[in-house]
This record gives sequence, structure tokens and C-alpha cells, in this order.
Amino acid sequence: MINFKIFLKGLFSIKSFDSPAIALGASFIAIGALLKNIGFTIQESIFSSFLIYALPGSLVLAESMIISASLLNIFLAVWLVNARLYPMTVSLMTLVISKNQPRWKYYLSCHFVAVSSWLIMRSNYKKIEKKYRIDFWIGIGTATWLIAIFSTIIGFFSAEYLNKDMMIGLAIVNPIYFLCAMIGVMKSKSVSFAIILGAVLGPTFYYISPEWCILIGGIIAGTIAFFIGERNVT
Amino acid sequence: MSLEIVLAIIVTSIATYSSRFLGTVTSEKIDENSKIYRWFNCLAYSTLAALISRVLIFPNGDLIDTSYLMRVVVIISAILIFYITKRNLVYPTVFSAIILAIISNYFG
Repeated sequence: MINFKIFLKGLFSIKSFDSPAIALGASFIAIGALLKNIGFTIQESIFSSFLIYALPGSLVLAESMIISASLLNIFLAVWLVNARLYPMTVSLMTLVISKNQPRWKYYLSCHFVAVSSWLIMRSNYKKIEKKYRIDFWIGIGTATWLIAIFSTIIGFFSAEYLNKDMMIGLAIVNPIYFLCAMIGVMKSKSVSFAIILGAVLGPTFYYISPEWCILIGGIIAGTIAFFIGERNVT
Repeated sequence: MSLEIVLAIIVTSIATYSSRFLGTVTSEKIDENSKIYRWFNCLAYSTLAALISRVLIFPNGDLIDTSYLMRVVVIISAILIFYITKRNLVYPTVFSAIILAIISNYFG
């Protein structure tokens, strides 16, 4: 059913010195502390990271609970902030899907798509034969997902020891890590333009629509980068 | 567990999973050497970059309490350290957390 050797390879691929797991752990410690501060119980906090496993979505949930937003408003706000997961899933799953594997593996393991796991998979998938990439991906996803859940627990119980400045320090870890990681993967023309234009257009569209800025800025930036890349190829 | 919180978590998880699910459905019909795949790849990087820069420039959560200048100083320093340490990801990350916490403590 699952190639256990490949699964373990994926599971342990997060243990490198500069693994995204560090940023992931720090962020979910902050989330755990935040959830405790807004009145979640430990069960609710674990349930939240278990089911959501996406940092911006968890932040939107926390903010929505503070202002007592309706369920429809929560759904729309989370959907908009996490719509970026759609192109991320397409760009990852296309590399993983093989006709020799059962489909349930893909639909279950797509829950693991998040920035950290996506980056680990993108930098390691070529080492794995296509048929077994899904087992490798399930290994990576399981590891990062468990880190998120355990970090939430740590954050929840250490909330009273974390002062405001420490929380601010933890909150910057995730964006700075991924900012540097993005700079690090700027190796082709299309990817470089996609990242630079996305970084500029996302905040620019914030002035027009804070809710839609990531989606609109990202789509326009990605499309321009694609055409630049294609022109370069031809 | 409070029903209100459980419902909010379930709604959040459905909203999040829907993008992942649709992405998987789309992947089944796409070839990794096709143009459409290359377009999706560009979209993945650009939306991610848009999200990261939005979080740094227009933050939510605890980062709201830091000034624009504080964040700019930390971002530029982190990028410099990233290059100085031969593109290591840990040093700029740890540095940014410590420096921002200190700056926030003294100037926040």
C-alpha cells in the first residue's frame, strides 16, 4: 500500500540544518499561544492545527473569532487567503501523480500542501522515482503536519511565558524564512519574475482590495512571468 | 469543546481543503511538460511571493505592533545575512527573530 522505505525517506527529509520545519515550528508555537490567548482550549487548538494546517488560515480564524464574524464571512476570508494553495497543489501534485498508485493517496495527502512541505518536496522530488513520489510526499507531509500540531501544543502551554516581544520575534520567523527561501529558488527567468512581480503586485493591490490582493496580484504576476519565460524559451 | 469554535474550525478547514482538493483534481488532467503546467508553476511562486510580501508590509497578528521602519531594517539585514552566509536559511531567520524582539522591546 505504501512503500515504507520511501515514506521514511520523506519523513526524515525535514531534519536538515536549514529545514523549513524550523520556521514552521516557530510559527505554530505563536499560533498555539495566540489561540490560548483568545480563549481556545487545548483540544480546540490541536483540532484547529490538525484540520486546517495552514498558517494564514489559522490567523484569519483567530481574528474572526475575536470580532465574532459569521461562518460565511470566515469561509470567504479563509478561502481568499488560502486560494494560493490551488496553484501550489497543481504545481506539486502534477509531479507526484502516477497511474500505478491509488487515487485516495492524492486526495488524502493534498491536505499536507503548505509552504514548508511544498518547498521540501520541490527541492527533493527528482531524487525519487515517479511511481514512489506519492509515498515520499506522504512522508514529508506527515512530518511537517506533526511538527505543526506539536508546536501548537508547545505554544499553547508556553503562552504565559511568552511576552509580547517574544511573540513578535516568533511572528517574523515564518515570513523571513520564506522570503530568503524564495530568493534562493530564483534560478530561472520565469520563476525569478514570478517572485519579484508577485512581491510587488501583491501589496500594491492591497490598496484596491485587501482581501483579493494576493489572488489578483499573484495571477497577474504569474501570468506576466509565464509569458516572459515562454518568450525566452522560443 | 465549544460548538461555536468547532464550527468555525470546520468551516476554516473546508475553505482551506477546497483549494487543495481542486488543485489535485486539476493535476490529474495536466502533463508536467505542458505549457499550462508551467503557467501554474509561475502562479504558485507569484501567489506565494505576494502572500509573503503582504504579511511583511501589511501584517496581521503580533507583527501589527511593529513599525514599518523596524520591519524594513530587519528584512534588509536578513537578506544581507542570507547572502553573507552563502544562502543559509537558518542564520537570517534566527537573527531576524532576535533583532526584532530586541528592537520592539526598546523602541516599540
